[in-house]
Parts: sequence; structure tokens; C-alpha cells
Amino acid sequence: MSKTIMTVDDSASIRQMVNFTLKDAGYDVIEAMDGKDALSKLHETTIHMLISDVNMPNMDGIELVRQLRSMPDYRFIPIIMLTTESQDSKKQEGKQAGATGWIVKPFKPEQLMAVVKKVLK
Amino acid sequence: MSQIDKHKETFKEEAYELLGELETAFLELEGSPDDRELIGRVFRAMHTIKGSGAMFGFDDIAEFMHDIETVFEQVRDGKIAVTKHLINLGLSARDQIRTMLDAYSKNEPADESRSREILAAFKSLVPQAEKKREVTSSSDVRHPDYNNNENIVYRIYFRPAQNIFMNGTNPIYLLNELKELGECKVFAYVDTIPPLNEINPEYCYTHWDIILTTNKGIDSIKDVFIFVEGDCELSIKIVDGDGGLDTTGDIEKIGNILMDRGVLSQDDIKKALSSQKRLGEILVDSKAVTKEGLRSALAEQSQIRDARQKRQNMETNSNIRVSTDKLDHFVDLVGELVILQQRLSRTASRQNDSELFSIAEEVERLTVELRDSAFSVRMVPIETTFNKLKRLVRDLSNELGKETAMTTNGGETELDKTVIDQLNDPLVHIIRNCIDHGIEPPDVRKASGKAKTGEIRISAFHSGSNVLIQIKDDGNGINTEVVRKKAIEKGLVAANAELSEKECYSLIFEPGFSTAKEITSVSGRGVGMDVVKQTIDSLRGSIDVESKKGKGTTITITLPLTLAIIEGLQVEIGGEYFVLPLSAVEECVELTHKDVLKANGRHIANVRGEIVPYIRLKDWFLLDGEVKDIEQIVITRTGDRRVGFVVDRVVGEHQTVIKALGTIYKNVQGVSGATILGDGRVAMIIDIPHLIQAAEMEENSLCA
Repeated sequence: MSKTIMTVDDSASIRQMVNFTLKDAGYDVIEAMDGKDALSKLHETTIHMLISDVNMPNMDGIELVRQLRSMPDYRFIPIIMLTTESQDSKKQEGKQAGATGWIVKPFKPEQLMAVVKKVLK
Repeated sequence: MSQIDKHKETFKEEAYELLGELETAFLELEGSPDDRELIGRVFRAMHTIKGSGAMFGFDDIAEFMHDIETVFEQVRDGKIAVTKHLINLGLSARDQIRTMLDAYSKNEPADESRSREILAAFKSLVPQAEKKREVTSSSDVRHPDYNNNENIVYRIYFRPAQNIFMNGTNPIYLLNELKELGECKVFAYVDTIPPLNEINPEYCYTHWDIILTTNKGIDSIKDVFIFVEGDCELSIKIVDGDGGLDTTGDIEKIGNILMDRGVLSQDDIKKALSSQKRLGEILVDSKAVTKEGLRSALAEQSQIRDARQKRQNMETNSNIRVSTDKLDHFVDLVGELVILQQRLSRTASRQNDSELFSIAEEVERLTVELRDSAFSVRMVPIETTFNKLKRLVRDLSNELGKETAMTTNGGETELDKTVIDQLNDPLVHIIRNCIDHGIEPPDVRKASGKAKTGEIRISAFHSGSNVLIQIKDDGNGINTEVVRKKAIEKGLVAANAELSEKECYSLIFEPGFSTAKEITSVSGRGVGMDVVKQTIDSLRGSIDVESKKGKGTTITITLPLTLAIIEGLQVEIGGEYFVLPLSAVEECVELTHKDVLKANGRHIANVRGEIVPYIRLKDWFLLDGEVKDIEQIVITRTGDRRVGFVVDRVVGEHQTVIKALGTIYKNVQGVSGATILGDGRVAMIIDIPHLIQAAEMEENSLCA
């Protein structure tokens, strides 16, 4: 069975790029526009990995990670944050909330795949 | 539209939308300059434009936005107040981005001086003290670094934080990633694992020593641990092989390695050395180091030794030449040994003597190892054969006034020497045909929009227990119509025969077939592609043609790795034993008397809904013995056809040493050789493709 990855970003173009890259590699992809949207979509499906932006309206990435980690099903899944120009503070905040790793924007499809392969087996 | 263009389109749409949002937010902000929520909105819109812009190649926009965002960061942090001037500037920046976006659509550069003006105005807002704090952006993804292929031995100590799992990190993945970098030995320290009733299953109690020999630099190793940098104790140390260290000196003594790691003091060693036992054992006994610690250090020692050995081998690379006669004799002897070993195993299992049995087992293990190493000695890379072809391509192209470039791939693929020797002629012939019939003259190629120089690609690679050799050209392809006409003319097929593309291609391997309009010195020497097929068949290989008109032809030769020993399926028919090559066998099913009646005497079996024709080996080889009520069908596959062989009983798998049948039996059809069984009896090896062919021909002649 192919694994399902959720991509959360308020930028449609980034979602599209992530979606296309992951689908191409054989994963199922669910898109969400922000943290709130992501949580509501999680009621309907189960995911194996989360890739989320940090800066988003309604609910930001850090809060999303925190909430996700408090759900029994998602305590141990890999979570990757998308940050910009290696804001160290955001990385740390993300890690403390429970993120597994991060990708610095801008990134190329290959970089995305390298990280996904690193954390999801 | 390419995928990246699509992304760009989406980004532009999104950016226009965000610019609208930015405008509204700015205007609202003018009314309530202290609204943090509004400032957040402005900031987010900018951030998204910047992030996505950089991803899809809108670098100027991303750069511009970045500088402005830096200023707005301070607005967000309350260091700069929201004034009318700031909002004016913000709006003009927004307009400038719009102009820049429009410029992309129109394919003309935007006015850079305007961008600079706006930026300068923004920067003048920043208080003096803050100006120095430039945001430095650094890329987090380090590039893999190589050091001129020298192997370096690293010692990595990795102790993840207890709650490492909480971040979705699996330390095993990290260890596996290290294994991909090179030769890697991992030692887990389990002494810190508490008793079962105290264990929290969500904690990680283990830590690891990893000895890694790799040609990658230290950054590649650090990259593996990049996400856990803050959550673990990690030390990476070069213990051997970095150019700076003395690599020729003595390998570190085990005690020194332990001392170097700080787990052992000089005194510990002295104490230990005074007794006669081996140092490592004593240290463990005296609890100075744990068992794991010692094992890990020992592995480091051996890995360093190996690494040095390899370096030295690279320098001396000693080879000796051995005549093939000697090698052949050696392989023959190994074959005999395999037969003898099977006899021994048989006897041992029959006598039920456990001591004899264990000896037999040991002999079997050794024989298999000896067999493998004997074959590996005979394996030669196909490179040399490829190289000979290069010259051929050059000369032929000149002679025929064509331009051809040949590339090869997988020259390091190894094949049995006998196979390689016999492969030369077929390859030469195929290449000749490629250039003569396939590749068009330069002007014809140009007219059909191809590059002037034709291309022939030869590649060799492994596929299961076979080696595939592929010859691919980008020439004219095989014209099925021409092939058909020619075949009819030569009387190879009936004039009204309906031929599929595949059948058409297979015609070129028929004896006496040649389609060249006039006989050149290259093709048409009387030896056709039929000889190629014969040779490949005799090597127990197969040949397959695929072609696209105007695009080119691909010829694939499938060859077994070795010729002397195969895995076989031993069967019994009328008291005689036969062997079917296991590589062709798909499954065995039962054939009952009822099934035979149902099929009305036709030799057809129904295997889970699929109709499979079968051959009765008992009838074919004219063997006596009554027909049992329940027989077995061995279903085989050649190419995409399934054919069954009816036998009395399936005995089992059998390592088959192939013996030639001798010249007298050279023309026997359906048998490719013989083998000697464990009990000394002889079993024939069935040549599946030829037997099917012969059976078909007989059937056809009966029908005609």
C-alpha cells in the first residue's frame, strides 16, 4: 500500500509542487491550506507523514505540530517543517513542538525527496 | 506546458491574489495602525510571495521581497512604528512587484532602478543600530563531498536523547542511512536498558558505536544526523586514512583505541597486560570495558586493517595469467566433486548416522563455496569484446559511407569465459546488420530530421541469474512488409500467412534469409542471422528483437551466467530420470485421468482458467510403463509461452553438473546434455525450447 503524506501550506503553488513531486514518487498526497484545514481533514483519513509550512493564517505550523503530536495516532510519525532561510529560532520551536526535521525554502523537488526518503520508510 | 511552467502559472495567479490581499491589508492598517493581526497578515502575504517566488525561479521578486520583509520584521516586532509613510512605501512596493510579475508575462525586464529606489526608502526607516544585523542565509543542504576515492575509517558515537521517538525520528533509519555510505559495522550498547518492568517502551535506551569505512567526507556523515543534531550526543572521528594521518604506521593496538575513546586508562592496560590471557578478554572479565565496547573496538581494528589492505591492493593489483585449459580442468573437477558430494549426502541421510551426516553437511557447504569461487575465476568482463566492436563500427561506417557512433555501457559485467568467446561472432554480425540495414546514410538521416550521425548503444547488465546484452540503434527499424515479402519469396512462409510483428521479426533468424537489396561485402556472406540464433541457442540463451519503423531496432540477447552447472528439477518418467532447467519451470500441477477425459484427448490442461498445452514426455521419448491415474505436469515458460511437460513424478531440485553428450548424439533433439545423479545414474537434461519446437513441427507435419 502506498503511504499517504499530507502537505500543508497556504501557498497553492508550493502545495502543487510538493503534491506533484510526491505523487510522482508513488505516494498518496492530501493537501491542506492551513493548520485548521489540516486537522479537519485528519478526521477523514489517516496519514503517514506531514509536511507543513510554518507561517500560515488560522493556525500556524508550530501549533499544528503540537496538536498532531497530542493525538495518539500521530505521536511518532515523521513531520517536516518548511522554513525560510534557515530561521534557527523557528527550527528550534518546531523541534520542541515535535517536528522531525525541516526543509529550507526555496527547495528543489530532489531536495524534498531526499528528506522524505530519509524519514519515511 | 511543462510541469515547471504549470507551477509558475499557479504561482503567478497566487501572487496576484496575494498582492490584492496585501493592498487591502495595507489600507486597513492605515485605519488601525496598531492592529497586530493586520501586521501579521501583511507579513504572511510577503512571506509567501518570497518563499514561493524563489522556488519557481522568480528570483528578483524573491530578493526584493526579502529586503522589504526584513524591514517589516521590525515593524512586527514593534521596533518601527506604522506610519503613513511606511504604508505609502508598502503600497508602492506592492505595485512594483505587480510590475515585475507583469514583466514576466510579457517577457521583458522590469525597471530595476524603481526597485532600488523603493528599497533605499525602506532602509532609511531602519534605525541605525539595527542596520548591521544582516540576515545571512545559509543553505542547510550540504553537498556530498568526496575525497579522491580514498577510503577513510570513521568512528561514530551516537547516543540519541531518550525521547528521540517523540519527534518521529527512528534511529534505525539513521543507521541504515550510514550503511549506504560504505562498509559499516554497528554496535549497540544495551547495558543501559533497564529491567523489563521498568522499561518505558517509548524511550530509546540504546546507544551505538558505528565504524564506517567510506570515501565520503565528514559532512556526508553529519548530514545523516542533521535533524537530530540537538537531540543526541554525537561524535565523529577519523580513525584511519585521512591524508594527514600516518596511514602506513602500525595499526592502533586495541588498548590504545579504548584509551583514545576515554573508556580506559593506561593503568587498566598495564594491569591487564600482566596476565597471560588476551587483552580484550581480560578487560571484559575485569569489567573495565563492556563486551559491546570491546567488540566495537575490535571491529574498528579489523576495519582499519581491511581498509589498508584494500589501499595496498589498489597499488599492487597482482594478477597472474593462467591458461584456460587449466581453468577448464579445474572447473571440471569441481563438477565431479559436486556429484560426489551429492552421493555422500544421499548416503549419509540414508544411513541415519549423525556423525556422517554432519560431515556431509560440511562437505556440501564447502563444495558450494568452492563451486562459486571456481566459477568466479572463469568470469571475465565483457569490456574487451565491446572494445573490439568499436573498431568494427568505425571501419564499417567508413566503408559504407555512413556515420555511426557507438557507445557502450556495463562493460564491467562479467560472463563465463566460454560464453564471451562464443559471443564475439554473433555480436559482430548483429552490429554489421545494424550499420548495413539499420543506420541510414547521413543525407537520408538529415532529411528525416535525425542527427547526421547514427547511434549504436551496446549495454550489458544482470537480470536475475541471466546477463542481458542489448544492442540498440536509432536507424530505420525493420520494415515488416519487406521481411514478409522476402520470406514468401524464399518460401519460408505461405503467401497468405497472417504474421504478427513479432513473428515477422523472428523470420530474420530463419536459415537462408537476407533482405539486403544487393549483396555488399558486409552482409550477405552466406552466414545470416540464423547463425547468430544458433550460437545463442547453443549457449542456452535467447534472442529477442524489437523495432519501431523509422526509430530504430533493439536486439536483446539473454544469456545464463554460467554454463557448467544449473539448478534443475529432477523428474521421473517410466523409471528413468530427467532434469528440467529450473529457471524455466513455473509450477507443477496434477493431471488426473478425469482431466484427460474432459479435454477429449487433446493435450491441453486447464491451469486456473488458462489453457496450457502439454507434451507427454513418456510418449515423446517412447518410454514404457503404464500411465498412472494421477500424473504431474511441470509448467514451463519460454518467452511468453507456457507449455507443460507430463511426467510420472517430480523428484525435486537437483544441482545439475552438465556433461556434454558427445559427438554421436549431437543431433538428438530435445536433449541438451546429461548429468550424473547422486546414486551414479545418468539423467538427461531436457532442452525445453528445442523440444517444444520439434513437437510443434511434428504436429504440423501430421496436420498437413
